[in-house]
Amino acid sequence: MALDALAFQMINGLASASGLFFVAAGLSIIFGVTRIVNMAHGAFYMLGLYLAVTLADRLPGPLGYWGGLLLAALAVGLLGAAVEVLLLRRIYHVPELYQLVATFALALILNDAALWLWGPEDLLGPRAPGLKGSVELIGRRLPEYDVFLAFAGPAVLLALHLLMKRTRFGRTVRAATQDREMVAALGINEALLFTAVFALGAFLAGLGGALQTAREPANLNLDLAVLGDAFVVVVIGGMGSIPGAYLAAVLVALVKALCIALGTVEIAGLAFNMSKLTLVAEFLVMALVLVLRPQGLFGRPQAAAARAAASEAPLRPMGGTGRALALAALAVALAVPALATVWAYAPVLALDMLIAVTFAASLHLLMGPGGMASFGHAAYFGLGAYGTALAATGLGLPTLPAFAVGILAAGAGALLFGWFCVRLEGVYLAMLTLAFAQIVWSVVFQWEEVTGGSNGLIGIWPDWPFDSRAGLYLAALAVTVAGLYLIRRLIFAPFGHALRAGRDARMRAEASGIDVARIRWLAFTASGMLAGAAGGLYAFAKGSISPETLAVGRSIDALVMVLLGGLASPAGPVLGAGAFTLLQDTVMRETDYWRALLGALILALVLLFPGGIAGGLSRLFAGGRADG
Amino acid sequence: MPAAHRPPLLARLAAGIAPLLVAPLLAAPFLATLLLTGFAATVPAGAAEPIRIGELNSYKAQPAFLEPYRKGMELAIDQINAAGGIGGRPLELITRDDGGNPGDAVRVAEDLVTREKVDVLTGTFLSNVGLAVAGFADKRKVFFLASEPLTDKITWAEGNRYTFRLRASTYMQVAMLMPHAVKANKKRWALVYPNYEYGQSAASTFKTLLKVAQPDVEFVAEQATPLGKLDAGAVAQALADAKPDAVFNVLFAADLAKFVREANSRGTLEGTFVVSLLSGEPEYLDPMKDEAPQGWVVTGYPWYAIGTPEHKAFLDAYQAKYGEPPRLGSIVGYTAIVSLAAGLKKAGGPDTEKLVEAFKGLDVTGPFGPFVYRASDHQATMGAFVGTLGLKDGKGVMLDPVYVDGVSVLPTDAEVEKLRPKRD
Repeated sequence: MALDALAFQMINGLASASGLFFVAAGLSIIFGVTRIVNMAHGAFYMLGLYLAVTLADRLPGPLGYWGGLLLAALAVGLLGAAVEVLLLRRIYHVPELYQLVATFALALILNDAALWLWGPEDLLGPRAPGLKGSVELIGRRLPEYDVFLAFAGPAVLLALHLLMKRTRFGRTVRAATQDREMVAALGINEALLFTAVFALGAFLAGLGGALQTAREPANLNLDLAVLGDAFVVVVIGGMGSIPGAYLAAVLVALVKALCIALGTVEIAGLAFNMSKLTLVAEFLVMALVLVLRPQGLFGRPQAAAARAAASEAPLRPMGGTGRALALAALAVALAVPALATVWAYAPVLALDMLIAVTFAASLHLLMGPGGMASFGHAAYFGLGAYGTALAATGLGLPTLPAFAVGILAAGAGALLFGWFCVRLEGVYLAMLTLAFAQIVWSVVFQWEEVTGGSNGLIGIWPDWPFDSRAGLYLAALAVTVAGLYLIRRLIFAPFGHALRAGRDARMRAEASGIDVARIRWLAFTASGMLAGAAGGLYAFAKGSISPETLAVGRSIDALVMVLLGGLASPAGPVLGAGAFTLLQDTVMRETDYWRALLGALILALVLLFPGGIAGGLSRLFAGGRADG
Repeated sequence: MPAAHRPPLLARLAAGIAPLLVAPLLAAPFLATLLLTGFAATVPAGAAEPIRIGELNSYKAQPAFLEPYRKGMELAIDQINAAGGIGGRPLELITRDDGGNPGDAVRVAEDLVTREKVDVLTGTFLSNVGLAVAGFADKRKVFFLASEPLTDKITWAEGNRYTFRLRASTYMQVAMLMPHAVKANKKRWALVYPNYEYGQSAASTFKTLLKVAQPDVEFVAEQATPLGKLDAGAVAQALADAKPDAVFNVLFAADLAKFVREANSRGTLEGTFVVSLLSGEPEYLDPMKDEAPQGWVVTGYPWYAIGTPEHKAFLDAYQAKYGEPPRLGSIVGYTAIVSLAAGLKKAGGPDTEKLVEAFKGLDVTGPFGPFVYRASDHQATMGAFVGTLGLKDGKGVMLDPVYVDGVSVLPTDAEVEKLRPKRD
């Protein structure tokens, strides 16, 4: 590789870095102040690009083009303000992760809104007037627009820096980033501050999108693609740090440029195509940074914002009514195969529900009693599925041993990754789980010979007696019930008490002799194994698996199920997973715009039951006392 | 839409949610299942006893291709039913979104087979979804016509008795471009492809076939880019730095538009010969408007330049019904239904085993003219058009397109027999 080519690619990378920085900066500011993990941030970016392309086609001349960009970004900022006022403000009093569910639902709605407004075809905007040419550099041509972008990033960085350091608004924002309660106590209008911050973040996302008008077509896949990148950049830089975000954006862009520039390299006689690494480069960087510097490059340990919601009530063992209900539910579940004669679809849907329940319950063990949110739980589901599938097809093992292999594979993965993850806290922990999940995903995705690559493995059907719909359903019911029972035993055993002690007061737990890291590590592994069991069932239920079993989407689904059900109650994941699967299956057959409908229903549930369905139900049953 | 005879959406959703609110904690999801099941069981049987075609596809994930596809299917259904259906029975189309992933797709396929009682399955776009549904069809012994997925595996390495495929496969598309690549007689080739099975297998087929035809060829650069997340500037530059004489491109959709624009403004492909898969399909060509890369040799669908009577009849009917030109998706959707109708006619009805036998060697005439479903590998021989990209009225078009019959680029029956598992 010639040095000049490498140098050129590095300079080239600065333009991409600026693009990443705009979205990431907005996300970082929003998180820093409001603690909202904004899943709709990618959608804001996408809307910015769509609006800018539309305006650029309508408004005349260079002024129209550049004015259109700004208008698009402002419109997205306004939308952000509206979202904050109309939606998020209603749910600040519940645990922070519920705002994640709300913004996730919003992202679903915005994506369908874009499809409805702009149609399915990609829209390529015009080139930027005045910046259509290119400049000569090291014997190569660099587009003027790339030069402009490379400078625009640092310019916005500087502007944000001045805004934060020199203005009253900035000082308030910084104060709120460090101690929200204190700022409120000093008489700052918190509501207004949150709206302004959210609008600013959305504006930056919209601007980032609008500035891509000259570089890429507006399309409906952008929101998710950008969201992942933005999270990675924010976490590498340190949540809430704007210079950190810029540095991280440059780092990620340069690593990718390096992979592309190197192309195919020979390592010990083996040709390896480095460009394939671009699939996962940012996650490799993130995992490395988080392992070495748990707060990100520029992050500071955050003063844990005192939870706005009242602390969770201690779990109580199930009473007589609870037992009766559980038994009644089991009886109903056992009766499902009998329905198959009338309606064969019942066990099919019920089986998908059981798999979702097992998976959600495994995540709930981690998030509820364990206090560790995972954004990458699909990794263990997928390891279980692939372990089972490979054992069944590759090794030719019978159904039950293959299933056991899957659980062990997931457990091994959780044991390995858990060791790194449990040392972290909060969003950083969640992001490290995501990074590991993405790394596993990319290995599975590319290891064609073993995993079947992107097509996955097919022909994984269970042996008799599990090969009928009813047989597999009953087996899955047994696994699910055993899993739920084990979790309950675990939670109420001394291990569970220690786990909850570590969650609620780490220092005190350690002072009383509990090895919190080890307890959390074990919980992580147990949770991974249960997720693996769900994955193994899934492989047998579907007869085929592909890398989608361990992709981000599945992790997010599980997260939404757990939160929808309610974190505080062990029944939460059962209700959440059941409701989510049922809703999805129902809306998918109803309308072309099923994503928006699903999003709207999730929003409705979050607004109706701000603490999850289980919490809402227990309030209902607690009787006519006004909640508040 | 099949929803006419069912209770309105809100009522059913309410029925689904209500038990969640009031029923005992653990029982709620299962009770809801029971309720939904109860509703579904009351579906009355139609008097005319239509033949039910269950179609599942990634409408949400791939709307640019699949909205025209759906229109094509509906046009074919209308025409066939207007002509009296199949043996006096009308065709009824039930379409579903497959969620864009294999897990949901298999559940939707189960739903179509068990709840909607469809006679045949068709559809799917993504290769992994197509393979999963093919595996399901094999297991449950349901007839499945995979309309769009391109992977070679669906008819070869993972082929099964119950699965047939309409669209020209990845291998066929590459082979169609091969004569042009060989004729150009370039030494140094660079490849750029999306980093998943479609791109990988297209690239490896291309290298194998070209190496055979031109043993002294050299592959100087290979860029495998993440689908939908192409770093276009860097990739265009890295290709140019390898100083290739020619480039083989597999990028499509947004990645293609980004790549072309960056290559244009950097001048990295000036004087470089390019062959490119699928870039002549209106779905991918139209968004590039006047920036369509002139001189590229591509496969695609030049609806504006096909003079055959079969195509003209299709084009007129399509434009009369929808008031817009068809896309390749329209052709695939339309031809899938026409194929099923031909098969059902030959089989004398929707009996699965008879239908499988009928599809072996089935002759069909679609908008691209006559073609056959081969008995050996269940692959349709419907071809595609190859041409050179140019500009006309500020839009990209394929100049001098030539139809390449699928038969001419497929391996022989004896060869594919070695590729398929020995089961049928």
